[in-house]
Amino acid sequence: MTNFINNLGIILYATLIYMTPLLYAALGSCFSEVSGVVNIGIEGMMTAGAFTGTVVAYFTGSPWIGFLCGGLAGALFGALHALATVKLGADQTIAGTAINMLGPGIVIMIAKVMFNSTDTIPLEASMKIPRLFRGVFDTGTVFGRFMDNVFANFASTYLVFVAVAVVWFVFYKTRFGLRLRACGEHPQACETLGINVIAMRFVCVCISGFLSGLGGACVTMAISTQFRPISIVGQGFIAIAAVIFGKFRPHGALLGCLLFGFCSGLKVVLGGSSGIDMQLLSMIPYVVTVIVLILFVGKSHVPSANGKPFIKSK
Amino acid sequence: MTKKKTFMDVVSTNRFIHTLMAIILGFLVGAIFLAVMGLSVGQAYGRLITSVTSLKGFSYVIVYAIPYIMTGLSVAFSFKTGVFNIGCEGQFVVGSMAAAVVGILLGGLPGIVLIPLCFLAAMAAGALWGTIVGILKTRWGINEVLSMIMFNWIAFYLSNFIAGIPAIHSDGSAEATKNISEHASTLLSKDLINSLGLAPTANWGILVAIAMTVVIWVIIEKTTLGYELKAVGANRYSAEYGGINVNRSILMALAISGAMAGLGGALQLMGMGNRISVFSSQEGFGFAGIVVALMGCSNPFGVLVAGIFYGALTYGGSKLNLVGAPTQLISVIVGTVVFFISISVIFENLKRIKTRAQRNAEAAAIRRAEEKEAQK
Repeated sequence: MTNFINNLGIILYATLIYMTPLLYAALGSCFSEVSGVVNIGIEGMMTAGAFTGTVVAYFTGSPWIGFLCGGLAGALFGALHALATVKLGADQTIAGTAINMLGPGIVIMIAKVMFNSTDTIPLEASMKIPRLFRGVFDTGTVFGRFMDNVFANFASTYLVFVAVAVVWFVFYKTRFGLRLRACGEHPQACETLGINVIAMRFVCVCISGFLSGLGGACVTMAISTQFRPISIVGQGFIAIAAVIFGKFRPHGALLGCLLFGFCSGLKVVLGGSSGIDMQLLSMIPYVVTVIVLILFVGKSHVPSANGKPFIKSK
Repeated sequence: MTKKKTFMDVVSTNRFIHTLMAIILGFLVGAIFLAVMGLSVGQAYGRLITSVTSLKGFSYVIVYAIPYIMTGLSVAFSFKTGVFNIGCEGQFVVGSMAAAVVGILLGGLPGIVLIPLCFLAAMAAGALWGTIVGILKTRWGINEVLSMIMFNWIAFYLSNFIAGIPAIHSDGSAEATKNISEHASTLLSKDLINSLGLAPTANWGILVAIAMTVVIWVIIEKTTLGYELKAVGANRYSAEYGGINVNRSILMALAISGAMAGLGGALQLMGMGNRISVFSSQEGFGFAGIVVALMGCSNPFGVLVAGIFYGALTYGGSKLNLVGAPTQLISVIVGTVVFFISISVIFENLKRIKTRAQRNAEAAAIRRAEEKEAQK
């Protein structure tokens, strides 16, 4: 029993750790996709955020300034994507592919110039995103150890839950959100009602980059302590998958990321205790996602105007 | 009345010229980055050119280009049929593993049997990987982009798992498979390589890649299947109305696309890799395929050229650190090229500028005519 509670604690801890960067990026993806712009460049934006966050934190000594700058770096690439797709009517998939090449290319080049290496210098503990509730629980008892495992998580994890609530509120309870969703469904109708579709989409893609940047920064400032070229490998695409899984809704994306994080956590615990091959265990999150899709989710409604450049009729 | 095409008309509407312009702009942006970093542009680009223009360098370029051409063909084919094959990466991986398994376990067979077997196994594995995604889409309506991303990772871990099976795993200490049988190798003979001074990995895989380029072109342009696939890609509802079985078309498109990627994996393994390492991160041949397909304007022959160009950039780029320039410069250049390809609509505006000039000229002519009228 004790063992079980311990393992459960570890699984939940790992779930939250894996989920956090994915969820930031997934929320970002929601903003972009729901406003009608396919953003396959999430991965590149995360990489930009991952590098910038840890570098700024290293030089300023403040994790929060670093975290914010990580977001801003993502937003910068978001703006580049928006410039191409929203302003210049680019093919959104192609522009996103370009972002995925430019993001890592540029930051690794800067890393080489600044540090003479593709890796940045590891952050000291004080420069990392702090862990909340560390030492609050008495780890002497079974329950206390469980609580310590689960809740001694990084502050960024708590923040992401707040972010989900905020994004949900913005999407479904504000005028901005209504307009944003309308832009993704029927931009022409929006334009006739006097909504500036171009401006709405531009802002949404930038927000998308900002959130993805925050997600990237979580990886290098909380989970790990430095940026390396392999810091962001595929998380951006998993985040996109989580959004499609969640039917393009922020709370759906939360579920998608939780499921994915939980399966990854399961992998960690099973990998230690059972004799099953680690490579097979590593497949669990991906296989489970597909199975859950077949059994429970099925077809997801893609915003009608998603992927189509909006050309303002004259 | 047919108007003779002016130079600007061609420049503003020809996609290949757009791509060329994007490439020039890409190198320009790369040069700016180099200058900002305080490195010599001439030295870096000079190195890039000299390392790919010698016979040995060029043979390296061709060897590098083979997998890129194949994944490029795979993605280009999928683009033509209205599916975005982002699952190319996974199909490449399972294809190369299938070829490895055949090449190791049936290593005793003579090359003339073994090599086609490896190719077939790889194509079947890639096609299977593509078809699974297609079935998920047609049977359960599951978004193909999502399932392709999942299957890329499933392929990744599956390959690592197979590499760990005792019958496949290297006898030595390397975290990799055994070497494939010599009979399965597509390398040119040692004598030929030495006498011509080619790259030690020079192989005849490029001939297969060229043959496949022609095959894909024929399928797209000259067969009923290709016509149906294009029709579904253009508008699936009108295709369905026209009596085309849309679901079957999607499955066929993904199977062929997957087979190309899988064969690419086999060619890479049999020509260059010789064995498959346990991956620590995705190798990116599939993602490179997306870039190559875009640079090649989704045209099979365009892909062939773009693949060789991309091979030249990656091989030349790997030599850049010899002059102190970072290898990542290549990602920046290629990223910029793709970025400008994505916004190539702006090149079409060049024509609009022209017409505006024309319009001004016309307006001036009318004004002159009016003035003449007034003088009368």
